[in-house]
Amino acid sequence: MDEPYKATVDTEAPVMEPGYTFGTVTEKISAIVLTRPASNGWFVGFGIAFLLTMMMLYAIGYLFLKGIGIWGSTIPIGWGFAIINFVWWIGIGHAGTLISAILLLLRQSWRNSINRFAEAMTLFAVACAGIFPAIHVGRPWLAYWLFPYPSTMGVWPQFRSPLMWDVFAVSTYATISALFWFIGLVPDMATLRDRATHPVARIVYGMLSMGWRGSARHWHRYETAYLLLAGLATPLVLSVHTVVSFDFAIGIVPGWHTTIFPPYFVAGAIYSGFAMVLMLAIPIRKIYNLEDFITELHLQNAAKVMLATGLIVAYGYGIEAFMGWYSGDRYDAFTIWNRLHGPYAVPYWSLLICNIFVPQLLWIKKLRTSPVALFLLSGVILVGMWLERFIIVVVSLHRDFLTSSWGMYYPTRWDWMTYIGTIGMFLAAMFLFLRLLPAISIFEMRTLLPEAEVKE
Amino acid sequence: MKRDPVYGIMAEFDSATALVEAARKTHQAGYRRIDAYSPFPIEGLAEEIGFDHDEVPLVVLIGGLVGGLTGYLMQYWMSAVDYPLNIGGKPPHSWPAFIVITFEMTILFAGISAVFGMLALNGLPMPYHPVFNVPRFSSASKDRFFLIVFSSDSKYDPAGTRGFLQGLQPRSISEVPS
Repeated sequence: MDEPYKATVDTEAPVMEPGYTFGTVTEKISAIVLTRPASNGWFVGFGIAFLLTMMMLYAIGYLFLKGIGIWGSTIPIGWGFAIINFVWWIGIGHAGTLISAILLLLRQSWRNSINRFAEAMTLFAVACAGIFPAIHVGRPWLAYWLFPYPSTMGVWPQFRSPLMWDVFAVSTYATISALFWFIGLVPDMATLRDRATHPVARIVYGMLSMGWRGSARHWHRYETAYLLLAGLATPLVLSVHTVVSFDFAIGIVPGWHTTIFPPYFVAGAIYSGFAMVLMLAIPIRKIYNLEDFITELHLQNAAKVMLATGLIVAYGYGIEAFMGWYSGDRYDAFTIWNRLHGPYAVPYWSLLICNIFVPQLLWIKKLRTSPVALFLLSGVILVGMWLERFIIVVVSLHRDFLTSSWGMYYPTRWDWMTYIGTIGMFLAAMFLFLRLLPAISIFEMRTLLPEAEVKE
Repeated sequence: MKRDPVYGIMAEFDSATALVEAARKTHQAGYRRIDAYSPFPIEGLAEEIGFDHDEVPLVVLIGGLVGGLTGYLMQYWMSAVDYPLNIGGKPPHSWPAFIVITFEMTILFAGISAVFGMLALNGLPMPYHPVFNVPRFSSASKDRFFLIVFSSDSKYDPAGTRGFLQGLQPRSISEVPS
């Protein structure tokens, strides 16, 4: 029985291609930031992303001037694009925390080459997500009323509302993600400080490294803190999308009031997040010649996570449909019928195709190892997950208990400009990140080398 | 207080194994005020130089408890004491609704304590440190491993300690000015 086992091990792609030393790993990753000149492609890409960011700011500026009447959201669909995009972005962020925290606890060393940029992706996605509820409150200059601060009005926030829970969940998530990312960067900042030749770079990286010198005592406390932070971030990330799902599930609207929402929202978040990780990792490894560090193994593992979480999401859809019928509640049953045959049947069927049918191609190993196929499939999944949130928000609200209060939802150009603008902002931040900070954790890559092992 | 012009003597090694070996021998030789530097965490190295109490978990535990209590008591006081509101007929002290924010505040305070507690215990940020006076030390963040005996060690004597470190067959030895 030894032979077949050995054969499977041999065909498995390595976490890192052999032949690297501490020095070459350090040089290869830090060179992207320190010595490699910015290419024309980078300027074009960043330029487009920057223009889209400006378009978003223009749309938001006009919104502040006119009010949310310029959007398509109106009674009975009061939530519209703002909430759809909020849930979509925050879900994308979840994969970064899964990779950096949960896979650390599970001792999956392959995470070491993708955790840094996945965490950056989390931060930028949460930043995009945070814009939407803030500009959706109607009077965004008063958004700080959401926080419990002692005001002259003498009133406090309403803590029995899931929207209030969301404020705490998302702001905690943003804070912890930023801290986790920064603390992971500190030893690498010391590496850049010692390698940089430009005086400004030396000073900036020197300040960010906070005087890190790699003392054994420091490393010991550092690893303890990092592990504890991972242990804290793990339940946190699961709680965030659970609380997001409470925004819906605590309400009594048919299609929202269901107990399957928390697990199926979390699975959907990780599903879309891994799709975004792949959409970023595939071009990055190609353009910056990082195929030795982000190997076929990483692509395959990410594809398997997508396949598994996609099946959980499919199960969620199945249970929703089953409960619509089994509950005997005519409004629940109607919601399912309305999804399949109502005015939004095209987006609903597209959602099923994008999220359930097309991703079954991931069972084919040839596609799991093909970067081009994975890139395209990830795009399909991201569209599908956006459609899922569209269906949840719009289709449930547009036809509820009373036919007299039915309506339709038509997004306006301002909705689209704001949404596409946040994609631009996300990409602009990613472009800057790639040039200014090490996209792969250098010190964690060193620990993967065989020479890092202490021989007795 | 007059500072010793010499901060310590530093030996440079090629590999993690050599550093752990050297740290063990130095500690066994009776040196107590020593430190080791490496470009990545090495399991067991801190123990070899006599580091045996890591206070980070305690700091995080205290942070988490403070956060959880803050979260719960804040909601209790605001909703049941300072300004009770009747929301859907629920009691002012509706504890199940307060659990989510209590949980989030626990995580928030514990996470902040982990990061800033670790930095404070490590004495960071520290803009100046004598070890950076050694030009070769810039490789400590790349591929070299260093061991230092501080001049404040009771067993330290310039010639003897240098001779002892030489016996560990390092790649180089440098005196660290303070």
